[in-house]
Amino acid sequence: MEGFTLPVLSVIVFVPIVAAIIILFINEDNRDLIRGIAITSAVIVLALSAAVYFSYNGQVEALSSAQAAMENPAELADIGAQGIASKLFADGLFFEEQVTWVKALGIKYHVALDGLNAPMVLLTGMVAVAGVLISWDLERTREFMAFFLLLVAGVYGVFISIDLFTLFFFYELAIFPMYLLIAGWGWKERREYAAMKLTLYILVGSVVALIGVIALVFTAQDFYLNNPAIFEAGKSLGIISADASELSFNMKQLMLAAENGAFNIPVFGSDVLTFSTFWFPFIFIGFAVLAGIFPFHNWSPDGHVAAPTAVSMIHAGVLMKLGAYAALRVGVQLLPDGARVHLPWIVFLTLINVVFGAFIAFRQRDFKYVIGFSSVSHMGLVSMGFATMNVTGMTGAGLQMFSHGAMTALFFGCVGMVYDRAHTRDIPSLGGFVKRMPWVAVAFIVGGLTSMGMPGLSGFIAEFPIFQGMWAASENIALKIGNFTLTNYYSVIVIFAALGIVVTAAYVLRVAAQVFFGDFDDKKYPHIGDILPRERIILFLLGVPLIILGVYPSIMAPMITTGVNPIIALLGGV
Amino acid sequence: MEVNFSDPNFLPWLIPVGPLLAFFIITLATNRARLVPATSHEYGGHHPDYEGMLVPVATVPSRILSVTVGLAGVIMALFFSYTVAFSAFGEHGFGAEVVYASNIAWMATGDTAFRLGVFVDPLTVIMLIMVPLAVLMIFIYSIGYMAHDPRQSRFFALISLFAGAMLTLVVADNLLLLFVGWEVMGLCSYMLIGFWFEKKSAYKAAIKAFITTRVADVVMLLGIVYLYYATGTLNFRDILYNPELLEQLAATPALIFGSWGISAASIIGIFLIVGTIGKSAQFPLHVWLPDAMEGPTPVSAMIHAAAMVSAGIYAIIRIYPLLEAGGNPHYGILSQPMVLMAVVGSFTALFAATIAVAQNDVKRVLAYSTISQLGFMMAALGIGAYIAAAFHLITHAFFKALLFMASGSVIHGMEHGEHHVHEHAAHGHDDHHHDDHHGHFDPQDMMNMGGLRKTMPVTFITFLIGGFSLAGFPLITAGFWSKDEILADAFYGLTKGYGAHALVFIMLAVAAFLTAFYTMRQLGLTFWGEPRTEVAKHANLGRGLVSFTMTLPLIILAFFAITAGFVGVPPDFPILGPIFSPEHNAFHYFVIETLHPAFQAEAPAVNAIPVLTSFVVALGGLGLGWWMYWRKPLVAGEEDPLVGILGPVHTVLKNKYYIDEIYVAVFVKPSQAFSRFVIDFIDRGILDGILHTIARVATWIGDLFKVLNTWLIDGVGDGIPDGIFDFGGWVRRIQTGHVQEYLLVVLGAVLVIGIILALSTGILQAAG
Repeated sequence: MEGFTLPVLSVIVFVPIVAAIIILFINEDNRDLIRGIAITSAVIVLALSAAVYFSYNGQVEALSSAQAAMENPAELADIGAQGIASKLFADGLFFEEQVTWVKALGIKYHVALDGLNAPMVLLTGMVAVAGVLISWDLERTREFMAFFLLLVAGVYGVFISIDLFTLFFFYELAIFPMYLLIAGWGWKERREYAAMKLTLYILVGSVVALIGVIALVFTAQDFYLNNPAIFEAGKSLGIISADASELSFNMKQLMLAAENGAFNIPVFGSDVLTFSTFWFPFIFIGFAVLAGIFPFHNWSPDGHVAAPTAVSMIHAGVLMKLGAYAALRVGVQLLPDGARVHLPWIVFLTLINVVFGAFIAFRQRDFKYVIGFSSVSHMGLVSMGFATMNVTGMTGAGLQMFSHGAMTALFFGCVGMVYDRAHTRDIPSLGGFVKRMPWVAVAFIVGGLTSMGMPGLSGFIAEFPIFQGMWAASENIALKIGNFTLTNYYSVIVIFAALGIVVTAAYVLRVAAQVFFGDFDDKKYPHIGDILPRERIILFLLGVPLIILGVYPSIMAPMITTGVNPIIALLGGV
Repeated sequence: MEVNFSDPNFLPWLIPVGPLLAFFIITLATNRARLVPATSHEYGGHHPDYEGMLVPVATVPSRILSVTVGLAGVIMALFFSYTVAFSAFGEHGFGAEVVYASNIAWMATGDTAFRLGVFVDPLTVIMLIMVPLAVLMIFIYSIGYMAHDPRQSRFFALISLFAGAMLTLVVADNLLLLFVGWEVMGLCSYMLIGFWFEKKSAYKAAIKAFITTRVADVVMLLGIVYLYYATGTLNFRDILYNPELLEQLAATPALIFGSWGISAASIIGIFLIVGTIGKSAQFPLHVWLPDAMEGPTPVSAMIHAAAMVSAGIYAIIRIYPLLEAGGNPHYGILSQPMVLMAVVGSFTALFAATIAVAQNDVKRVLAYSTISQLGFMMAALGIGAYIAAAFHLITHAFFKALLFMASGSVIHGMEHGEHHVHEHAAHGHDDHHHDDHHGHFDPQDMMNMGGLRKTMPVTFITFLIGGFSLAGFPLITAGFWSKDEILADAFYGLTKGYGAHALVFIMLAVAAFLTAFYTMRQLGLTFWGEPRTEVAKHANLGRGLVSFTMTLPLIILAFFAITAGFVGVPPDFPILGPIFSPEHNAFHYFVIETLHPAFQAEAPAVNAIPVLTSFVVALGGLGLGWWMYWRKPLVAGEEDPLVGILGPVHTVLKNKYYIDEIYVAVFVKPSQAFSRFVIDFIDRGILDGILHTIARVATWIGDLFKVLNTWLIDGVGDGIPDGIFDFGGWVRRIQTGHVQEYLLVVLGAVLVIGIILALSTGILQAAG
């Protein structure tokens, strides 16, 4: 779009891949060159991500006024079909690129930026740079950096995909190096187990989702064949380029089908089950496994603990968001009817996530497990935001994705820095580290305050709308099981979730007190000094955005709202 | 919008800026410290816990910078506050027609932007008079008190932030900004209570304070969120000056418990009150406050008087119309939140007063008296005595800041004395008292004191003034007038036959009696009689800057502890009324304009019974204390006469009704057990159990294939068996984990299977 003529999103995806390939050709002994290439590519990617983010943010205002105009009835009549949500979505796409990949199957390489993925792109860039910096002295630098950059590319690819096939392609591309990184560089005692557990959970989840998606694509094709009028209307919106008989993985096209009821057809000859209500749980939970949804969260703490620091950072910081993001993008956005039926019970799972994760984190003796379970807890809030099915709650979920991403990466960074020096993660045997590593202590406390929702930090900015969305949803959402109808229970759930956050405060302070305060044992840790400048960069890179977003949320919140609006329009909510 | 800081509408923005700026300057400019052994003379010897450790010591330039910048920040805040306040005093119709307010758009949510801003109305003005003044006194006092602390810069940075947060809270024009100040204060209190973090007890107290208030804060946040959802705004003026909106809220059933007759206004009110119960340390969330004295004494003064706990009461005074909505206390109709306040407040007032009676720690007595006095304010609000609560908030802040700093001086003096005695002993002078001072000598234990009036006369006189004001010594102390006004309001309701008012009147009268008694007990044990230990004999503040900066604030605050009450003398009070309030009760007249006319109520006429009650309880309590502790002061080794009189009751009181122990048994242990259950049974047991079972079955199938392979197929041919063997081996390898090279195969296989399945489903769909 404006100001950019180069295919910037593709550059963001392919720079790490190219860098990874180059690195593989360099001699292992030439570590400085390897690091140099890795950090250069990560910085380029971060700079481009920031550029597209702020460029997009500049458009948001213009965009929202355009959307306001769109809602006036005269223009609605022009559109003809009820394609408002897909139009909103289409209007919100920037830096769009598409190239046909496999014509016969309708597969395209199709990427674009909108209000939902732009913050994720920025976050990925931040964590990529931080991850390279923190892995500076790792053994077998060459392989590590190559796999790490490949992982970064995969993550980027998922976030910016508009074509579902592209999305799956990158999704699997991200999981593959992840496995190798954990199994190869992780904590020796558990890495094989953890890497296996993590990979299998995620693979099974994604396969379940993939099956659903393929069914979806065929159903949409069928729908367009039977409803040429809608197909024509879609063409007039400029969102469908293919022939009606052609398969399409294009989300815009699938969204238009969803808006017009393509997925409300009955399946299995049942009166109750529709395509949408049948497939939604598979697609949503299939992806949400990666977001650590209860009871499929168990891979995550084990995986995070066993992974090397950089991988923990990118995994908890970005990959878990990938799951949530895909669950929203594919599950809720394409099967809104299913969402309306199923999210009212899925919200209970999210509550369990919040409370369960917090209580477990409270009892851990291992520093890294505390953070691992805290991620389980906080990701529950993201899915809870989705379950509100209103703009406020979903905006909060989007903010929480970014906030938690930066925060948890910061946490893992802090843990890594302490572990590198103390060689233990056993909380009771640490203590007084504030005297030796004051910056780490400050960063940990900033992260901790963010996680417990302290105003002035991004966690609060995210929690507030989620809670508000929960109150607002309480009156509108009911859960029907047979003849039994449960109403107004969101308000009760939000109260329990809020109390879960108190537990967060308890474990964060406990860890801070035991690791950073109290006595420092000079005899046990005689040679521990302050952190290096490159480590300080990591802390600033991940910590400062938490504060900026907390003080000035307008830098992100309206953007996410523009991304959320089309989804809410589909859900028929407010 | 043109910003002009000579305009009082914009001036309030500058009030918190000074201290906040001071925080940043001190933090950024003084982060270098030298590490010296704790035995070094540079380290002043505040805490023997430091022994054998390296402590970072602030350098001299850092010290000078932090003190100067900190002080400058507060003086700046004081200057702007008083400019705004005096401008408000001169304004005609301030409150009803004129308020100072301005705001900016902060975050766009949906169609409307959330606006943050400042707002000054009469209630804000009286806080702006009290807070900066008390904070300034605390800062001056801290110069001396923290003079030798190795982390002096850190202290001034944090306490500046604390002051800045409190001032932000006071000038906030909406609940969200108020909550920001509220939480930042909670954070500062956490860091300051745990300031001496080498001490386990200090950081434990810090965590306790933070978590306890945090529970309440989260509930409060839910209330704020609900209010925002229900009204679409959090601006005080928009909500509280809008009776129709409040009525409508009171008529809407709440989202939860709505079917039990609780309105939206009530549930919001109750949530917000829970926030205050935590912050202002009301029963049952009071447990953090007594432990909070682990921090340096100026911090205690900050928490107990100028900020923190006052903020809790201020917040509910601020939102009072919302709490009243749906009832009218002047006709005896109380909304549910008000009933809650009346019950919690009056109970806490009495409950904490009984505990204070049996404490021997000089600061702990004061801590429980704070809880008790906050209960007075809470109860007053519960019966609609809005102005009396605000009045007591102000007078209490003055005399409680005074009392805490005076007790800090006492402790400082005792530590000084202990130092002296140690040196004395080191020089080989044999003294039979020495045995007392080795090991665990507690400089805060009043049983170790006695006779301090001789060596610390200024501290004694000011402590006496503060104590008498707390006890409500009739006519000449500020505490009398504010407490009397609460009792008068309660009695007025009692004459009408309102139950809540009667409860409040009786509970508070008894609590006031106990207050006077324990104050006199404290004064007697600390200052009267003869020194009970060698340390007490040598207790003094020394000379020079330390002594001066620790004495001056006491004298200034003592002045206010007496005179602050005279702004609120009822005009119809015999003799004194016409002198101090010739036209009207100045405080009442000014502050009542905070409320919308629909909520305003005139003060009841002076009635002899509550006035006499105030006289009797204050003088009676003081008299009893005098009779027990002054007439025949305790000598060394003698037991507190209360122990004999109260017997087992004393043990219960001394142990604070075992509330801490009960909480451990009821909340802490079960939640730990729950965590263990969740980890061991659900997470590792069921969930991982299922997973591992699946894995084991898969391995078993793999092995089975392998066996089948050898047993069944081996004889048939060579090509097929190899393939199956590989498959079996592959499945088995998943378990053992050597799978890197096979991962792509899995991926591919899974994709193929998926596509086949999906295609068939899709075709079925198409066919159907």
